[in-house]
Amino acid sequence: MVQAINSALDVMMARDDRVMIFGEDVGYFGGVFRVTAGLQEKYGPTRCFDAPITECGIIGAAIGMAAYGLRPVPEIQFADYIYPGLDQLISEAARIRHRSAADFTCPLTIRVPFGGGIFGGQTHSQSPESLFTHIAGIKTVVPATPHDAKGLLIAAIEDEDPVIFLEPKRCYNGPFDGYYDRPARTWADHPDAEVDDGHYRVPLGQARLVTEGDQLTVLAYGTMVHVARQVLVEHGINADLIDLRTLIPLDIAKIEASVRKTGRCLIVHEATRTSGFGAELSALVQERCFYSLEAPIERVTGFDTPYPHSLEWSYFPGPIRIGEALDRLLRE
Amino acid sequence: MAGNNHHSSRGNRPGLSLHVPAPPFRPGDRVNYSFLHVPRPDEIARPPESANPAEIRALAYGLVRVLDDTDQAVGSWNPRLDPDTLLAMLRKMALLRAFDDRMFRAQRQGKTSFYIKSTGEEAVSIGAAFALDREDMCFPSYRQSGLLIARDYPIERMMDQVYSNRFDPLHGRQLPTLYSAKHFGFFTLSGNLTTQYPQAAGWAMASAAKGDSRVAATWCGEGSTAEGDFHAGLMFGAVYNAPCVFNVVNNQYAISTWSGFAGGERTTFAARGIGYGIPGIRVDGNDILAVQSVTRWAADRARQNLGPTLIELFTYRVEAHSTADDPTVYRSAREASEWPLGDPISRLKSHCIALGIWDAERHAAMDREVAGEVLAAQRSAEAHGVLGHGLHQPDVTMFEDVYAEMPWHLREQCAQAIRERQRKWPE
Repeated sequence: MVQAINSALDVMMARDDRVMIFGEDVGYFGGVFRVTAGLQEKYGPTRCFDAPITECGIIGAAIGMAAYGLRPVPEIQFADYIYPGLDQLISEAARIRHRSAADFTCPLTIRVPFGGGIFGGQTHSQSPESLFTHIAGIKTVVPATPHDAKGLLIAAIEDEDPVIFLEPKRCYNGPFDGYYDRPARTWADHPDAEVDDGHYRVPLGQARLVTEGDQLTVLAYGTMVHVARQVLVEHGINADLIDLRTLIPLDIAKIEASVRKTGRCLIVHEATRTSGFGAELSALVQERCFYSLEAPIERVTGFDTPYPHSLEWSYFPGPIRIGEALDRLLRE
Repeated sequence: MAGNNHHSSRGNRPGLSLHVPAPPFRPGDRVNYSFLHVPRPDEIARPPESANPAEIRALAYGLVRVLDDTDQAVGSWNPRLDPDTLLAMLRKMALLRAFDDRMFRAQRQGKTSFYIKSTGEEAVSIGAAFALDREDMCFPSYRQSGLLIARDYPIERMMDQVYSNRFDPLHGRQLPTLYSAKHFGFFTLSGNLTTQYPQAAGWAMASAAKGDSRVAATWCGEGSTAEGDFHAGLMFGAVYNAPCVFNVVNNQYAISTWSGFAGGERTTFAARGIGYGIPGIRVDGNDILAVQSVTRWAADRARQNLGPTLIELFTYRVEAHSTADDPTVYRSAREASEWPLGDPISRLKSHCIALGIWDAERHAAMDREVAGEVLAAQRSAEAHGVLGHGLHQPDVTMFEDVYAEMPWHLREQCAQAIRERQRKWPE
């Protein structure tokens, strides 16, 4: 996935000289996750460069660049670090088109590695996506596969609105299935790791049907797509597994059609439970598919605690937690 | 008492005390500004724009002035402007003041919700506008509407915005005075403070990266220099040598909060530039020739790829923070009348008279003309509606421009809003 994202940035920098990349350690070094490796060498230090450690400054400067007419793609090194930049994000980036009646716009894509399972402790593991989905004016994108990561990032950079692009860092080097104690898989033989060299787009707002089945609908995004898929296989369940890909705008049509067909819905995310995006999904499914439901909607999430260091696998919504929810959903 | 244990464990070490800044005067106090050092204009020399910031640090602690006590323009900062320019500046300041007076009155008459005046600070925005190029991008705060006036933005459109009426270019979405005018080099105003600082730095970085020749300028108040954005903006400006003019309008008060609460007791706001290795210049903000001259110095320096400058415009907020504020309850009424740097319009008027290019009759006539101009614009704007009944814009405009294209959830909510409006007003 790292190479796929790097390829998206490479393709867009080559095609569009308005694309500018900056962030902490992204320049000469190529980023702490190597996502921007080689880009400074290829495009020069005025198109890909390091930034001071001020997320407020990084996002604020990117807004000014976008107002000038560039397409900045700043990186916030960890999602956990984005909070000092939230005023620039909420009060500025998200509002500039509306408050100026499109006099000014803010086509800006902020790349943000997120999620846990890397022994990152509470400041390198968080999943704050619901903070962003709560902000009118921002799109929130979460790829789960290398193919999607590239196509969605290109679509995000070409989009006219500010986009938060959340990269599931536990899947940077392979699809994580939830079994931290088994040998790590790489993307090498994975069908969704096929990435075209050139330019392609995965449109924002279109979910992906990962597997098709009639027993229930599973809604997931990022790392949890792979975990959920593994658990479904182990339990021998035929489910519509929907990888949402973008949270805002949400592909509500695909969700509705699936839940109407299956009558059961499981929502899985790694973020804390209360007011998480799963709450929004649960409300939408209840509002729109109530008469098709044959069991209460289930949410499987992280716990409402800070992300722990040594106990991270107790926190993580892994196969046991998902399996129990499946049992409850399919009991009747 | 909670602190007792600490007292007993302190031993013979002296106890600490907390310092909380207090302004020099409160309501009813006599005012004495003798503690303010106001240098003669010829005391502070103008260095070349290419000066090394380390060698001109004294500028951050001085007060650049051009107009002296006898209304003459003196010293090396004198921008040597021709009569037409001087009189144009005078007229723009008078127009801004007349505009503010009408709109303030309109708010008191209930025609809009809120207004912010620039009274006493007209030289800050008008002087800068006469120093910057028309194509340079301004990232203002809410008390620089003079930039629009100086750049000949139609005042009727400004009033439409203040009234949130059906000609409001911003569709009634923004508080009065939070204008946006891209084609006049005026960035959309935020209600949040100093967010424009890093944005201006980013715009300037983009201009430099693209080999453009335009520079950015930005303004914040002295109170909001306490925001992290102020420092993030200066950091980006300094690190990338961004062609940006950073301005701090030190009008002594942030609503009721005295400048001491932004660190003004210990040093000047211009001196914040020194830590970033960029020039910091403190200027008499009520002397429009000094404002114009220092801004031109900084803009020229930026245009020569020599990087950003921080300018402190030392002035006084003569009136309330906004229509929602009453300064008589927290500061002495005499502060404004005894402000040692005078009134910017009176000072330029006296200078023009001293030069023999102006007189009291022409000034009175000009005041009548700008008042008439404002009144005519107000009549037209009010014909487009005033704030109040909320029917100037169709409800769909609330949902437009949230995104470039309206997503399904906003389309659904928009239909709900339209349905509610039809039930409230079936006709």
